[in-house]
Amino acid sequence: MTTTATHLPGSAGTTGSAPGPAVAVHNVSKAFRLPHQQYHTLKERALHPFRASTYDVLQAVDDISFEVAEGEFFGIVGRNGSGKSTLLKCLAGIYDIDAGDLRVDGRLSPFIELGVGFNPDLTARDNVMINAIMLGLTRQQARERFDDIIAFAELEEFLDLRLKNYSSGMTVRLAFSVAIQVDAEVLLIDEVLAVGDAAFQQKCFAEFQRMKEAGRTILFVTHDMGAVERFCDRAVLLEKGRMVDLGDPAAIARRYNELNFGRTVHQLAEDDDEERFGDQEAQIVDAWFEDLDGNRVVDAAHGVPFVAAIEARFNADIEDPIFGFTLRNDVGATIFATTTDLAHGATGAFRAGETVVVRMEFQNLLVPSEYRLTPSIARAGFGADALDLRADIATVIVHGGHFTGGVVNVPHDFRIERAG
Amino acid sequence: MSVVANRRRHAPSAFGDDLRRFWNLTVTLAVTDFKLRYFGSVLGYFWSLARPLLFFGVVYVVFTQVLDVGADMPHYPVYLLTSIILWTFFTETTSGCVQCLMTREGLLRKMRFPRLVIPLSVALTALFNLGTNLVAVVVFAIASGVEIRATWLEMLPIVALLATFATGIGMLLSVLYVRFRDIQPIWEVVQQILFYGSPILYTAGQYKQFEHALVTVNPIAALLTQMGHAFVDENAPTVVAATGGGVRFLVPVAIIAAVFALGLWFFTREAPRIAENL
Repeated sequence: MTTTATHLPGSAGTTGSAPGPAVAVHNVSKAFRLPHQQYHTLKERALHPFRASTYDVLQAVDDISFEVAEGEFFGIVGRNGSGKSTLLKCLAGIYDIDAGDLRVDGRLSPFIELGVGFNPDLTARDNVMINAIMLGLTRQQARERFDDIIAFAELEEFLDLRLKNYSSGMTVRLAFSVAIQVDAEVLLIDEVLAVGDAAFQQKCFAEFQRMKEAGRTILFVTHDMGAVERFCDRAVLLEKGRMVDLGDPAAIARRYNELNFGRTVHQLAEDDDEERFGDQEAQIVDAWFEDLDGNRVVDAAHGVPFVAAIEARFNADIEDPIFGFTLRNDVGATIFATTTDLAHGATGAFRAGETVVVRMEFQNLLVPSEYRLTPSIARAGFGADALDLRADIATVIVHGGHFTGGVVNVPHDFRIERAG
Repeated sequence: MSVVANRRRHAPSAFGDDLRRFWNLTVTLAVTDFKLRYFGSVLGYFWSLARPLLFFGVVYVVFTQVLDVGADMPHYPVYLLTSIILWTFFTETTSGCVQCLMTREGLLRKMRFPRLVIPLSVALTALFNLGTNLVAVVVFAIASGVEIRATWLEMLPIVALLATFATGIGMLLSVLYVRFRDIQPIWEVVQQILFYGSPILYTAGQYKQFEHALVTVNPIAALLTQMGHAFVDENAPTVVAATGGGVRFLVPVAIIAAVFALGLWFFTREAPRIAENL
């Protein structure tokens, strides 16, 4: 699979000569040998000099090619074990590659882990200096930027405290502040942002945004599709070391969700241990999500209405059954629930042997996350006289929209008026 | 700001592509280690001297009061202390290097930097220690009445050669340890042999036979012999005499150069894959 460099807003020709790509990866492969029996000592080696050492080869990165233009925010996404971190380590110059060609133009700053080499027995002051030098500053530069580093971390009062007395949050803040002071042209960011509280993460992303605006090239490894869609200009999707797709982050996020959750839907439907209630005089046969054209989907874009559907079969004559839809998010909180009783009224009389499909179209105000549908059927009347309820049998991934930390994005307007 | 353009395969290497950064890093790591040792405890400097000094005390009492070993050399105690301090430097460097890549695993796996920085910083820390210890040696020598001579300056090339030898072995051991974890006990045994095979407790004049051969093949013996002549007693044999005259004294120098070259070559060869083999 090959790619060509595309023109991007960030790479608009500000310099006279056309700039080459900041990062060029051509047919890069990297394998690890996993020996069946490893000889860890000279003694073992000497005792079994002729025993061939057999090993499995794990092809962590397999023939990957892409180019990242200067000033681009480029996402590398994939599931666990897809090779994205190995690729990042090859880019960072920590691992050697087996084949291919890999170029990084400009100074590189890897954010693979923050605070590498911090020594708990030294003061923050010493650690900052050492870390800055490790990251490539000269002693002089490190001294000049020291105040900025401390100011960004907001740790002025704790300069001479030993690091072992710092809270983990303070340590991360300090490490991040040092890392961003290293004026690299190319930043490699692994999911370091999983640490730290929400406010700090926000600050980190704001900083990355600022760096991007300053024309830095950023390669961002993650499996947070929300972040990919929010920040990246383009992204590449890896699976088992291979490149699956490259392009627009929304499309990549969709492919990723298909890879990841396409199966989940299936599995859930076949799960024998599923939570199921009701006397089964009516049975829910299936439940799914579909777009407005009636195509079944496993993902949906924020802001675009879509449909939740249930198919049910009646084993007895039932009058005016109530169909219920409950949507729960990834942490199990109910986000939205409705029933035909509340929003529709009488549903009609059904005979034994009849099947019915109930569709519920709704505005997609959901924030990017994974949602599960729990459909239910109940007899009309007071009390929850359940005919059937099947918990979490369909899944949908919502992507796009602004990530706010809330569970829904309610349509809203602002009005700002000066008082008095 | 350094712009490294069109670098094919930018795997980690022994030296990196910026020698200034290489040196900066080595010094920073060494100074940090040194600081941690000295400022970590109140009696930091004392403790770093205590081990060789105590050892010296024991050996001194046994060898001069009980066994009368150093009779052939005036100021034998000065020779003894100096050789113990130099030997301490040698063992500190070499055994420190054995596991140095392992202890810095976090750095190696997470950062791109010249790999050689790590064993070199171990050697440099040991060299700082040697420097502070030699101050004590000089004080002791003057107090014992050793005559200050211009040949004391020969200590500089002697220490330089010893450091080269120790660093060469250190580079070799550090990458070998990544592959073979029993390098550590093996090296301890080799050190024992070297210790008793070198004129540390005794002087080179006391080898009963094969004197020339032993000094010739053992660079540490050669360096300590010359140290005895240059620093302690001008009547003691020089390395030229101890190796049997002529250009044979160049053999130990050649061995040092060869060991260093071998260590450097091996380390450079292995450097790109240290991180993944750890």
